[in-house]
Amino acid sequence: MKISERAEEILETLWGHSGEEKQGAVDVGLTKGNPDVEELISLGYVKLMNEKISLTEKGKSEGQKIVRRHRLAERLFTDVLDVKKKLVHPVSCQFEHLLHEGIEDNICILLGHPKTCPHGRPIPEGECCRKSEESINKIISSLDNLRVGQKGKVAYLHTHNHKRLQKIMAMGILPGMTVSLIQKFPSYVLQIGNSQFAIDRDIASAIHVLLTK
Amino acid sequence: MGLVKKIFDKFRSNSSCCGEGSKMNKSHDLCKIAIVGSPNVGKSVIFGCLTGTYVTVSNYPGTTVEVIRGKAKIGETEFEVIDTPGMYAFLSITEEEKVARNILMEESPDVILHVVDSKNLERMLPLTLQLLEADLPLILVLNIVDEAQSLGMKIDLNVLGKELKVPVVATVGTTGKGMDILKGKIEAFVQSGACNRRLREVQNLLSVSPLEVKLPQQAARTIRHKDTTDIFQMGLETIELLLKKDYGVSKRSMALLLLQEDADIVAKVRSDEPQVFDELCRITEEVKSFCHEPVSYVVSLQRQQEASRICRVSVEYSPQGKLPFRERLSRLMIDPITGLPILLLILYYGLYKFVGEFGAGTVVDFIETDIFEKNINPWIIGIFGTVIPWKVLRDLFVGEYGMLTLGIRYAVALILPIVTTFFIAFAVIEDTGYLPRLALLIDRLFKKIGLTGRAVIPMVLGLGCDTMATMVTRTLPTKRERIIATLLLALAIPCSAQLGVILSLLEGNPIGLWVWLGVLSLVFLLVGFLSSMVLPGEAPSFYMEIPPLRLPKVSNVLIKTLTRVQWYFAEIFPMFILASVLIWLGQLTGLFAFCVRLLEHPMRWIGLPDKAAVAFLFGFFRRDYGVAGLYDLKQSGLLSGNQVVVACVALTLFLPCVAQFLMNVKERGLRAGMLMSVFVLFISFAVAFLVNLAFVSFGIKL
Repeated sequence: MKISERAEEILETLWGHSGEEKQGAVDVGLTKGNPDVEELISLGYVKLMNEKISLTEKGKSEGQKIVRRHRLAERLFTDVLDVKKKLVHPVSCQFEHLLHEGIEDNICILLGHPKTCPHGRPIPEGECCRKSEESINKIISSLDNLRVGQKGKVAYLHTHNHKRLQKIMAMGILPGMTVSLIQKFPSYVLQIGNSQFAIDRDIASAIHVLLTK
Repeated sequence: MGLVKKIFDKFRSNSSCCGEGSKMNKSHDLCKIAIVGSPNVGKSVIFGCLTGTYVTVSNYPGTTVEVIRGKAKIGETEFEVIDTPGMYAFLSITEEEKVARNILMEESPDVILHVVDSKNLERMLPLTLQLLEADLPLILVLNIVDEAQSLGMKIDLNVLGKELKVPVVATVGTTGKGMDILKGKIEAFVQSGACNRRLREVQNLLSVSPLEVKLPQQAARTIRHKDTTDIFQMGLETIELLLKKDYGVSKRSMALLLLQEDADIVAKVRSDEPQVFDELCRITEEVKSFCHEPVSYVVSLQRQQEASRICRVSVEYSPQGKLPFRERLSRLMIDPITGLPILLLILYYGLYKFVGEFGAGTVVDFIETDIFEKNINPWIIGIFGTVIPWKVLRDLFVGEYGMLTLGIRYAVALILPIVTTFFIAFAVIEDTGYLPRLALLIDRLFKKIGLTGRAVIPMVLGLGCDTMATMVTRTLPTKRERIIATLLLALAIPCSAQLGVILSLLEGNPIGLWVWLGVLSLVFLLVGFLSSMVLPGEAPSFYMEIPPLRLPKVSNVLIKTLTRVQWYFAEIFPMFILASVLIWLGQLTGLFAFCVRLLEHPMRWIGLPDKAAVAFLFGFFRRDYGVAGLYDLKQSGLLSGNQVVVACVALTLFLPCVAQFLMNVKERGLRAGMLMSVFVLFISFAVAFLVNLAFVSFGIKL
């Protein structure tokens, strides 16, 4: 039951509209009678009501998967293949259609389950991400998931709160610096260089480290 | 001959570093030295060494909240030395960081000492790089170098100096080691003219073609943005060309701060150069859209890489394997299982035994009974009896509420010993570095009342003096936290004077003490919780540096206690005298009796004898003055156990003293200050009423 590339693009756009930008149904407008839209309707991914088009539950989950593939592709091109910035988006647009079940997870694992695309938008979680969150021997872990005594190099900082990011940077916690966790309760205490900082869970969860032992 | 040399030196120092004095609107001709650096690296100690004056020094970040100025004579030149609050980065988050940055931007100091903690050089060098980007006249001071050495670190000063192209000095501020070298470097620095930014700028401009706007050497080196290079670099250069005004720091530094959207800097440029502002916004947006991560992140990362590189070439580090004793003790303090008993021990011995039993018991008894009652009072009353024949005038000095028999007696016999013992205990605790450890233990609880563990420092200091503590609320990062902390200090934190008198009032009544403590904690948490619900703003996040445990130095403890007691006395002594005079006037005019009668009603509501009204009237001047009044009442056997507890609760929650009220108004504004006072007054009587009601309805007798 594979759908066409054009139909996938429509699902992707719709998911962006309803899922991320929190907008309701979209006016059908010019796409009325378009074979791709018709295809989606007949497969039950979208529904048409009062000249407005919106995603069904099935469509939502499919749309999310397509967005995930697209953003993973962007990560792959930017981080691993070092593709020029201007090309990342168009190339990813084509590539996403090739990444089907299984392959996307492999790429996700290869990239260390990234949380955002190069443009800073979130990458929806896949099955592999959930599994890796649970497994104990993760390679990259957020600081609040470390065990006391574990040590690692800061891999990246991930937070949407700009102020919080600034605080973390002010403490000198930046990618490449070695940190170790001294205590988890009642506050997180970490050692960086020869100084110690106490931080709360919100801050600790934004710091992701590459474990060294 | 000597005179000629002096005049010559003065002339030379003027021309080399203060020649621009008139242009920069300086109030006088002194060269300025500004001390900057991260929190808790010993800036104030260095300040003390240079100026010979004492400023409060403690072992936790954020002791200095105000700019402190002093004078120093180095060689033949006299300098104005400015001590600033700690700053982690040029991009500022907290109020104190803004204060420190403003000094650098607006006062254009001639020498800037960047003080760093040597053992954390790698983490602190990024700020050095930022100061260099700003093209400021810098000397790098590697302080606490003894701790770095004992950890196995060797820093090559020559290599470091060559890398950074600035003078580098290693010091140990607390012992004075390296201070001579520092002074020598400052002298040489000033004489070389390296401190004159204008001069350097002119030289730079002359050395490059006029069209090519100068990029400071260091700045060009640190900001090498490899991946985002073109757009980023172009953005920076375009902004530098747009900015015309002199902001006291290099254009590169301004451009970086603008790109990182520092709110204050953006506002400043908007008001100073509105004509280019739209263009600046456009450039910022464009650069932002090209960076995957926030601009500040990209910039910080680059700086840290440069800092790490410099450390690799200049520092040799072979860490010791075994945990030192102080580290093992520290781990015990921050582990809740062992930490809680340690906290209770500190409270019991530090507060209850030392301040309560020794200060408020033994010492007060001795001064009050043996010195005042037996010797001074009869003697003074005798003298005044013979010198002043009019009873009315005599009462002003030696009457029931007289200036000498009441005002000075309260101040010297009751308050002085208690405050002194508290400040000694507090100084010892803060110099060990225990307070940040307490902060991390208590963070989770404080989050519930809209604060973070950070607020524990003003709260504990509030147990000494609420006015001082209100000033320290500046170290809290958001306005919301500052408001909650100020309110709680005004309401539920008794100051040491009060605390001491209350402890001695409740002596021999342990259940009463627990009831009082329980009610206060409940009010503290409940009011905190409710205000965190009511006040808008997001929940704060907690981060705090945990300094190493250190053994307090006796001299620092003593001198700190002395300065605090002096400050305290200067603050309260006039109040005591004023209260006596006002009461005397009130008695003459009958206003006093009227007020007392007015207050007798609320006294009855909360189950206290009419006479307690006098104590509460005193309480309007100072809470502890009021409690001291209760002390007299209890001594004469007028209060039952229940009444003592109710009165203590009411007076602890009572209006803050006038000094604290003024501080609230100064820090939070007139409206907030007034509102808080009304609220506090209402709560204090309401809670006392409820406690009394509970006593009566459950038939409790204490």
